[in-house]
Amino acid sequence: MLEVLHALLFSTLDAAPALVFAALGAVLSERAGVVSVGVEGMMRVGAFCAAVAALVMPTPLAILMGMLAGAALAAIHGFLTIRWRSDQVVSGIALNLVALAGGTFLLESLYGPNGTPPIQQLSRWDVPGLSSVPVLGALSGHSAATYLALALPFAFQFLLARTPLGLRLRAVGDKPHAVATLGLSVAGLRWGAVLGGGLLAGLGGAVLSTAVLDRFEQHTPAGLGFMALAAMVFGRWTPVGAFLAALFFAFGNALRIGLVSSAPGLLELIPQGMLLALPYVLTLTLLTLQGQRSSAPAALGTPYEQESR
Amino acid sequence: MSLADASLDIRDGELLAVVGENGAGKTSLMNVLYGLYQPDGGQLSLGGKPARFKSPRDAIARGIGMVHQHFMLVPTLTVAENVVLGREPTRRGLFDLERAVSEVAATCARFGFQLEPRARVDTLSVGSQQKVEIVKALHRGAQVLVLDEPTAVLTPQESDELAHVMRGLVAQGRTVVLISHKLREVLGVADRIAVMRRGRVVAEVRPAETTVEKLAALMVGEGHPALGMAASGRAREPSSGMGLETNTPPPGDMLAARPASRPSVDPTANTAGELLLEARGLQALADSGRPALRGVDLTVRAGEIVGIAGVDGNGQRELAEVLTGLRPLTSGEGTLLGGPLAGLTPARARERGVGHVPEDRLLRAVVKALTVEENVALGRHTRPPFARGTWIDFPGRRERTRDLLAAYDVRPPDPTAFLRSLSGGNQQKVVVARELDARPKLLVVVQPTRGLDIGAVAQVHAKLREAREQGAGVLLVSLDLEEVLKLSDRVYVFFEGRVTGHFTRPQYDERELGRRMLGAGTDHA
Repeated sequence: MLEVLHALLFSTLDAAPALVFAALGAVLSERAGVVSVGVEGMMRVGAFCAAVAALVMPTPLAILMGMLAGAALAAIHGFLTIRWRSDQVVSGIALNLVALAGGTFLLESLYGPNGTPPIQQLSRWDVPGLSSVPVLGALSGHSAATYLALALPFAFQFLLARTPLGLRLRAVGDKPHAVATLGLSVAGLRWGAVLGGGLLAGLGGAVLSTAVLDRFEQHTPAGLGFMALAAMVFGRWTPVGAFLAALFFAFGNALRIGLVSSAPGLLELIPQGMLLALPYVLTLTLLTLQGQRSSAPAALGTPYEQESR
Repeated sequence: MSLADASLDIRDGELLAVVGENGAGKTSLMNVLYGLYQPDGGQLSLGGKPARFKSPRDAIARGIGMVHQHFMLVPTLTVAENVVLGREPTRRGLFDLERAVSEVAATCARFGFQLEPRARVDTLSVGSQQKVEIVKALHRGAQVLVLDEPTAVLTPQESDELAHVMRGLVAQGRTVVLISHKLREVLGVADRIAVMRRGRVVAEVRPAETTVEKLAALMVGEGHPALGMAASGRAREPSSGMGLETNTPPPGDMLAARPASRPSVDPTANTAGELLLEARGLQALADSGRPALRGVDLTVRAGEIVGIAGVDGNGQRELAEVLTGLRPLTSGEGTLLGGPLAGLTPARARERGVGHVPEDRLLRAVVKALTVEENVALGRHTRPPFARGTWIDFPGRRERTRDLLAAYDVRPPDPTAFLRSLSGGNQQKVVVARELDARPKLLVVVQPTRGLDIGAVAQVHAKLREAREQGAGVLLVSLDLEEVLKLSDRVYVFFEGRVTGHFTRPQYDERELGRRMLGAGTDHA
């Protein structure tokens, strides 16, 4: 029993970082009032660029490339929605489609349909003395991404709650006009949040292809970006809430893999497709249960126009 | 173009009022002063030196503060956080909440404001939120404070208090600019009055040298067609304020400028007819899921106008939605035009004869992208004269629309004009025309004249009275207490989803009503 728990916990922590980073990126952007449907696309771009970059440079540097790629896609989102005040949802969906098609095109024309060549995975760290402890030992042996994913949500929460910048971010998502009348720049704050969100989503994608897998695959990130959005909503737009929700989703995924590998007979009862759908069904169920108790930032999705109140 | 060559001097240490109709450019002028808008031409000088404000930051730095008509507060933050936002005190790079609280408390104490710095803004009353706005400006060292329509949503008591606050600031050497269209208030409190019309400052007068009538004439312009309307409308509103002669407010009071009044509506005209609406213990939830109505009893009879007075957000809006079938009841019962109130849908309400002039016409009454005649047909588009059988009756629809546009003085009187090309006042007249043309037995009217100019206000009021005289019952919800008192035969006062007062026409006492609006008293006949 303990071994099963250990295995589940280990694979949860191994797979969670991508989801956690993407969810944090979405929280950052949306707290400032900019809808972040494009997270899936930013993850894909980040994953692709990191996988390609890792072929020619050390993996940590490649991850940085992935982050920058995510931010570059986010910059298009910012340009469309902040500068030109276009619809934030439409812009995000367009980015997802561009990333989906562009990724497939570049992958197939450069490397073929089976993914990029394998790369050096991000190295794993053993926490001395911990690996032999039952259950808790699952905390040892992960890549740096996992440890970062465990710390970053709390740092982000602290930033929102306790720094002037955090106060301004919360304000600009709830009432941008109030921020503007105090002489602060609504566009500046939103640009910062959107680009930061892009960096985080790109990091999530990069981690997928350098720590969870060892290449960029045709379908990466396979809907993880949308699950990150669900985690954000389920976590009520707070960093720690989104983190916990992301962990929960990752656990659901680990449970599925665990079930299949430990009880192969299960596949004869339940088709593989149903099991694959499990995390997404879980997401839908949770969002339904949560219902209208939403706590989205008040000005979310509303372009800021100075001469309208 | 909202400003056309407007010139205005503001003098140190005075209380200057800027009056004008909606759209005259008052707010635009002040937004230029505050750096929110950039002027296309002309210049600004401060203390004799030319100034150019690229953003509010520049204006704030030069000692200008603004209290906007729609509050610029972040509802989820505390008073202290709202006040210091943008110039937060820090300790080692972190936001220092304790220092923010003590700084804000000090500013409040210095200017005599009673505010709890740690309270979340969305838990405060409208009057207190306005104080937060004023403190916010003073905290930034504002020497010149601009208040844009500050009393639009306040109770009479809160308006009085604000007048004292403004005089107090002037006494401390600050300059206050008050933007308003409430002429009597302005006469009672200002040192000097600037009148704006069509983007220009057309006159500057002293209160002692003018009257409400003269100001109104300046606002709309001599010989303006609306002036005839104005004579029977808002400009002479004091003459129709009820029962105010029993009150003699203290000098310096914003309400003190009200002259003695005589009733313009015959009080005996209320020959209470058949019971149209009888409701007991109505309860309903607001959009937020919190209770909005907590047990409301009320009646409306044929041939009377029943007003609902109250500060914004005390359940009035939800009541109107319940009566028009837009919001479900959670408890309570009642009879509406011969049917049960429970399970009412908008379609059933219309079938029984409920008309509705909603608060937000563009959201709930008309479609901007359709023509006037199409909007007039909405809701009745399957019946003559708008349809014949399955098909639209184009000539019938046009003829009926033409008649209505003429009767309600809608400009332009063009049935094929797109609704969005009409001014707000004319759009509202189209809504009123459509609803009254259906001959409703009960008309539910919410904020019917908000944002309309003097002429349109007078016309809408006249039509509501006409409906009453023709035997309809009218339920009037308005945040403008003057409007409620002027039109209504009876008034219910709402506070936190309950009726805290019920007055019939001869008993109107604005001060008592104001106390009830703030929650004093439970039930009172």
